[in-house]
Amino acid sequence: MKLQESPRSPASITQLLWFFGIATVVKLLLIPAYYSTDLEVHRHWLAITHSLPLGQWYYDETSEWTLDYPPFFAYFERFLSFFAPLIDPWIVHLHHGLSYKADSSIYFQRISVIVSDLFLQYGVHISTRNLASLKRNLVWVFVIWSPGLLIVDHLHFQYNGFLFGWLLLSISFLAQGRDLMGGFMFAVLLCFKHLFAVAAPVYFVYLLRHYCRGGLVRGFARLSVLGAIVVAVFAAAYGPFVYHGQIQQVIRRMFPFGRGLCHAYWAPNFWVFYIVLDKGIAFLLRKFGFDIPSPVASFTGGLVGDASPFAVLPRITPMTTFIMVLLALSPCLFKTWRYPRPRLIARSVAYAYTCGFLFGWHIHEKASLHISIPLALVAVESLEDSKHYFLLSVGTKGSLQSDKKATQSDSKGISRTAAEKQWFELGWVAKSYLLGVVVVETWGQFLHPYLLGDKLPFLPLMLISMYCAIGISYSWIWQLKRIIILS
Amino acid sequence: MKKKGEMKKVKKVKDKVHDGEHDDPWWWLILNGIKPSFLCISIFALLVRFAVGLHPYSGANTPPKFGDYEAQRHWMEITLNLPPKDWYRNSSVNDLSYWGLDYPPLTAYQSYIHGVFLKTFDPDSVALFTSRGYESYIGNLLMRWTVLSSDVLIFFPAALYFVFLYSIRLGTGRNSDVAWHISMVLLNPCLILIDHGHFQYNCISLGLTMAAIAAALSQKDLVASVLYCLALNHKQMSAYFAPAFFSYLLGKCLKNKNPLVEVTKLGLMVIGTFAVVWWPYLQSKEAALAVLSRLAPFERGIYEDYVANFWCTSSVLVKWKKLYTTQSLRIFSLTATLLTCLPSMVQQVHAPSSKGFLYALLNSSFSFYLFSYQVHEKSILLPLLPLTLLALEERRLLLWLTHFAMFSLLPLLHRDKLILPYMALYSLFIVVYFAPGGPGGRCNESKTLDHSQKKTGRGMEFISFITFHPLLMGFLGLCSLILHVIYLTMHPPNSYPFLFEAVIMLICFSQFVLFTLYFNSKQWMLSKHLTSKDNQKKLI
Repeated sequence: MKLQESPRSPASITQLLWFFGIATVVKLLLIPAYYSTDLEVHRHWLAITHSLPLGQWYYDETSEWTLDYPPFFAYFERFLSFFAPLIDPWIVHLHHGLSYKADSSIYFQRISVIVSDLFLQYGVHISTRNLASLKRNLVWVFVIWSPGLLIVDHLHFQYNGFLFGWLLLSISFLAQGRDLMGGFMFAVLLCFKHLFAVAAPVYFVYLLRHYCRGGLVRGFARLSVLGAIVVAVFAAAYGPFVYHGQIQQVIRRMFPFGRGLCHAYWAPNFWVFYIVLDKGIAFLLRKFGFDIPSPVASFTGGLVGDASPFAVLPRITPMTTFIMVLLALSPCLFKTWRYPRPRLIARSVAYAYTCGFLFGWHIHEKASLHISIPLALVAVESLEDSKHYFLLSVGTKGSLQSDKKATQSDSKGISRTAAEKQWFELGWVAKSYLLGVVVVETWGQFLHPYLLGDKLPFLPLMLISMYCAIGISYSWIWQLKRIIILS
Repeated sequence: MKKKGEMKKVKKVKDKVHDGEHDDPWWWLILNGIKPSFLCISIFALLVRFAVGLHPYSGANTPPKFGDYEAQRHWMEITLNLPPKDWYRNSSVNDLSYWGLDYPPLTAYQSYIHGVFLKTFDPDSVALFTSRGYESYIGNLLMRWTVLSSDVLIFFPAALYFVFLYSIRLGTGRNSDVAWHISMVLLNPCLILIDHGHFQYNCISLGLTMAAIAAALSQKDLVASVLYCLALNHKQMSAYFAPAFFSYLLGKCLKNKNPLVEVTKLGLMVIGTFAVVWWPYLQSKEAALAVLSRLAPFERGIYEDYVANFWCTSSVLVKWKKLYTTQSLRIFSLTATLLTCLPSMVQQVHAPSSKGFLYALLNSSFSFYLFSYQVHEKSILLPLLPLTLLALEERRLLLWLTHFAMFSLLPLLHRDKLILPYMALYSLFIVVYFAPGGPGGRCNESKTLDHSQKKTGRGMEFISFITFHPLLMGFLGLCSLILHVIYLTMHPPNSYPFLFEAVIMLICFSQFVLFTLYFNSKQWMLSKHLTSKDNQKKLI
């Protein structure tokens, strides 16, 4: 808590454990806060991996929550399921366990997340080893006490903390110049959760240029070593499924393009503007007497082959979003190609996730964590960066809040960090933006239900999405600018 | 309504106090240093309170009587729907045997205000008769909100006021010490568990008491007496502090040039405050007596459950309840309480001082806890408050007393199914206590308790040697840890169903007695120390 500047003291484990202890206590207290479907999803995966042979993991359809994460995550669930029956055998029972909401199950799962967060601590420890103590403490606050991570992992339910541990490890290895280790970690991470693949182009270009240099022969030799490592990791993950001849099924499960452009709640990205623009034009044209049929399909669901969800504007396909992401990424890729610097890698990775978030297909609000966690490492580099980080984190947390309205404590978590970081001065634009967040939130939480009742139920969510999308777009441009200036 | 007016008055007085001090740049400087850390810590403390509020409350889903939560809700129902004069009277619409109002009028006014709040959002939860045993998600949320708001409006500002004054009068001037002190006051696990888990409004009476202590430290004796009377009128349990306030203020008056005038002023303030709060019941003698008889439930016996005080512990050997009548037990307990208070009172009347006053608060509340009539486990919060205020003086003992206070609350919290928050808050307390760079971590490095101890007499050394020897502390700590595990995992033998409770009570009682002895002697050493200092000054 004390932010006293001291020159390069050795990283102290006890201090890190202290931060971890505080976070753990809050996580423990939040155990009964909320029961999300993700708890049932992960419980069912425990049951699948425990009760079925490997060959049926990706075929099982006992519940609608089929396994759709890459194999390493399935192995991880298999590992957890060794312990679950010791607590309560029903947790891992394929049929009896369906929608099993006993305390034993909830406590086991919640505590497994809290314990797996130890890996995040390790990642943070490695990546902040060489920082001055003030900066180190700040990164710890940003990552370990990250309200976003707290909400997604411990109120909602996911194992992101553990995965971000891998990401931070990978970034910090790259930043230290240990390219092979960094690449290896990232390959492992991809086999845990494929959503992290958005940064793969950056990794590829960076490793190609930074690691595989030094002439054609040496470069090729290094490329083969790197390739061998990546192939080995992927073989470890997918090998058994290739052996069973199920690789197509696994891929189909992992990439469900049948889902809509947006998730059930609109993620605050570029497509929100597109959707709103479409609605607006349709509305205006109808006013002018044009006959515009209202679209049959919705944005959030529906199969790709179905009718377009847009009234006027052209339809967006997964291919379009893919090209958009690559286009947005290209300046960064180009810069990385020209100047592959270890110092900039955290920045580039964060930028890649920002692009993925803004233009990706079926993006979930939770993905905003992919931006804010790596950026925490960048935030302490300069005052400018930290201001930007503050703004961004408020923006993304605002969007997360639309996710779980029932829990009152999220807003407290946000204000907690807000208070912790309030010590730096912000410009007036940023201040008014933050004020706007308060206004939009107040409208959504209190005024809207009070004034309009049940009318226009989507309006508060739309407002929040729009507003946060503005913030994140700003952040995207800002990051791009920084990357171009610094390299 | 009355309470509002009263509060406004107090606020005005407070504002005046602050206005008066703002001219002094030194005050302003310290306040500015405290503010950011206070803000951060209080927001975190609020988050913790929220999170504890997610857990069950006392008597959840246990008809027909439910628990303290239902009592508080029932009081809201009664005060909202009946005129004030019927609040304490048994009638066809107010069945006193079902959680009848047995706290002083200020609690009733507070219930009324909270009742209005509940009624605007969920009228069913406070409807007369039909709402008995009302439990719903929204009702629970609103009730939790009432505690949270009382905490934020009364306890938090009082804590800021106190810490601010303490750091001016007695502080070390280190910023990290102040932050640590604030977190010790705001993150006290016992108070959070009882108020936000079990469900009560101790934060109001303790907050008012703390504000009164702060006012007394800043020499605003009149404000202090008004604030303390308000605390007393919110919960009669605040009387635990009465001897200390009485003797400290009296001692100060006696040092004045015109002691009689000072005493009269204080007396008038006290009577005035009481008159305002008791106004609806002063119309007739019967009404006032009816309220009074509700406040002193002597028929409930000298102790309840397994509280770690003298009467309950000694009842293992002497069956007090069978041997003596209620009447004689009342006299016994009163005499014992007063006798044990007396040394600290005499010391304060003789030599009132800020630090001595804090110790006197500790001692008088401990005597009440150990010897007074009808003590509840929850009453350990009262001795704990002055010790948290003295946190920077008595670092090691704060840890030790909090440990045993928590331990003595274990059976109660176990009944309320609050074991998870119990463990979480206990670890939070330990983690915060040993914060890197904070005073908690430092006190273990130096072996002495603090500097003044070196100069203390032999008796004192003996007591602290016996009580707080590291080996003994380690042994007792281990014992209580094992008892925790045993209590939570094993069933007691059928012939002694309350065996574990009794053992817990015995251990806690033995420690509380040692605490009382130690703090009493410490208070007396303090005055000796001071007088010798004064003498030296005079000689110079």
